[in-house]
Amino acid sequence: MSPSKPQSTSRKLARAMAALLPLGISLAALIWGFFFVRDLQANSKDIPQLVIVLFAIIWGVGGVVLLFTAANFFVEQLPEKWTQRLQPFIFIGPAILMLTWALVLPTIRTIIASFFNESSIKFVGLKNFAYVFTNPAMLTVFRNNLLWIVFGTTFTVCAGLLVAVLADRSRFETVAKTLIFLPMAISFVGAGVIWNFIYAVKPVTAPQIGLLNAITTNFGNQPQAWTAFFTPWNNFFLIVIVIWLQTGYSMVLFSAAIKGIPAEILESARVDGATEIQVFFRIMLPQILGTIIAVSTTIVIFTLKIFDVVWVMTGGQYDTSVIATEFYRQYFTYNNNGIGSAIAVVLFIAVIPVMIYNLRQFARREAF
Amino acid sequence: MKSKFFNSFLVNGSLAVICLLWTIPTIGLLISSFRDRLDINSTGWWTIFPHRDWVSTQTITPGPEVDRNQPMTLAGITAPFEQFAQGIEKDGKRYIWIGNRRIGYLEVDEYRWTANTTFTLENYKQVLAGGDYKATLKDGTTVTSIGDNMGRAFLNSIAVAIPSTVIPITLAAFAAYGFAWMKFPGRKMLFALVVGLLVIPLQIALIPLLRDYVALGVNGTFLAVWLAHTGFGLPLATYLLFNYISELPRDILEAAFADGASHFTIFTQLIIPLSVPALSAFAIFQFLWVWNDYLVALIFIGASPTNQLVTQRLAEIVGSRGQDWHLLTAGGFVTMVLPLIVFLSLQRFFVRGLLAGSVKG
Repeated sequence: MSPSKPQSTSRKLARAMAALLPLGISLAALIWGFFFVRDLQANSKDIPQLVIVLFAIIWGVGGVVLLFTAANFFVEQLPEKWTQRLQPFIFIGPAILMLTWALVLPTIRTIIASFFNESSIKFVGLKNFAYVFTNPAMLTVFRNNLLWIVFGTTFTVCAGLLVAVLADRSRFETVAKTLIFLPMAISFVGAGVIWNFIYAVKPVTAPQIGLLNAITTNFGNQPQAWTAFFTPWNNFFLIVIVIWLQTGYSMVLFSAAIKGIPAEILESARVDGATEIQVFFRIMLPQILGTIIAVSTTIVIFTLKIFDVVWVMTGGQYDTSVIATEFYRQYFTYNNNGIGSAIAVVLFIAVIPVMIYNLRQFARREAF
Repeated sequence: MKSKFFNSFLVNGSLAVICLLWTIPTIGLLISSFRDRLDINSTGWWTIFPHRDWVSTQTITPGPEVDRNQPMTLAGITAPFEQFAQGIEKDGKRYIWIGNRRIGYLEVDEYRWTANTTFTLENYKQVLAGGDYKATLKDGTTVTSIGDNMGRAFLNSIAVAIPSTVIPITLAAFAAYGFAWMKFPGRKMLFALVVGLLVIPLQIALIPLLRDYVALGVNGTFLAVWLAHTGFGLPLATYLLFNYISELPRDILEAAFADGASHFTIFTQLIIPLSVPALSAFAIFQFLWVWNDYLVALIFIGASPTNQLVTQRLAEIVGSRGQDWHLLTAGGFVTMVLPLIVFLSLQRFFVRGLLAGSVKG
């Protein structure tokens, strides 16, 4: 329509070409930084660690920001129509690429590898899965994971619920909740050390330095190596650690749910003469059932993947191995990629129902 | 009225008991980390509180002329070495031989109130700065203990945790905005991918990623861990930030568009400042997760001692020197101090993040 338009478009294209320059420079800088950081860390003997650390942080964080800015600048120089078409992909592209490379493709590659032999060369069909589901050692592993899921989840949920209900009526609610919640900030390795110290065992003649054995011997019993040759009960001494760590999580969610129950409902029940126990079971529980299911699911998934605690405490010895430690051992100790992958696939299959549930909930959403 | 008082007592009392049970493990570790390494290994940490025990009041070192293979007369008691070594109790006192037959001595103990209250910072020095430490045991023998270099690991953990928090949040914030406020083909499909990946067990991705890293030559570097944490943290980050950003009031954005602002300007000038609560909630979540992670570090950093993180160092001490409680207690606390500070000071944001994330699973 207007005579100047073709000229403006061509000028825009020229500007776009020019805008490729900053994009190219940022990319080059990023790639240079990549090799620099890589080689810096490889032979870092003469450079102070602090310098490497600072450079790594600046490069890593700055690089991402630079990349987005440059890519966006480039797209905004394009003709209007192209900007609109391409800009969404500048925004979502990096995340989608990252998800594809770090999660989607590896999942497919692991599934493929689970049908191949230990060095991923020969196709073996379902042989790895046959091993995983029939080998006696693997059956112990599944039994242990079942113990983790059943007892870990039940006790975490019950303890969290108990604390949430108690704290709701207590005058020192905030302090109590912080104390119960605090272990959530502690790593599994740290928690492993804390509990190893509680379970520590000394010879019968020496004073016990572990709290549990000090109590046991105080009542005239023999000191016990709780997490070692105490099968199958040693599993429970490991599960206690995760209950200790995760109760804070369930408590926080239950606490919020309980506070969300309208006060009138509880009041009217009490006026009608319901005891506190009846109020809890007949009114509170049904009201927060959704939260209980959500928390239980999260903890089930969590205990299904449990690794650190077992690895640090026992290394999976004394019949305490679980799916994730066995996965690690198959791949890194026995170099068996086939069985290692098959075990990972078992974990994946176990979470598929939750995945489908999430997707269904998502499909029902109005926003999309 | 009486039952109300009883109820409140029951509620507060049981809550206090639970809190105590939950706190004792950490307190025990914290107290022990300040005790002398020999004390930690010979007495329980609770002995720092006043209690009744045998307390040394006098030591008798017999001269070389005393034949230790014959019954000896010491402090008015005649008994063979073996009996002294086991300890003899008489008139409320205990006579016990400390150390070996040749260079040991006799200790006279009394049973009375006492508390082991010698504290030291030595354990922290040992675990942070490395180097060997010599100590003299009660019987005169010298032992050398190897320290650990957790100071370096602490720096490494910071170098891993900060980018591993900032990078996924940046990617996720851009993506969340894209999903919430831009129109493009495949939008629903791609977001379904994010939702589907929310609960994926990271074990399934570890080995293929490791292969890629080996091929690129980045295995064992911080970069490898950043990218892994970015990938693993992205689904939840994108999901949470999308929930938040998509619910920001529509008119603010439309007004900005009417003023001719571009998506990028709106995102950086408007959306980011408005999303600070959600961003910080996820940032704390991810920071604690990365700092406390062990598996990802174990696989992608591995055994290279220069790049190891605090969790790895601690796990290594557990594995190789599991009886060195002076290192384990202090080291354990070194790994916990930063997350505990972050947690206690930003607890409110953290709780908010947890509540928002509870939809996951």
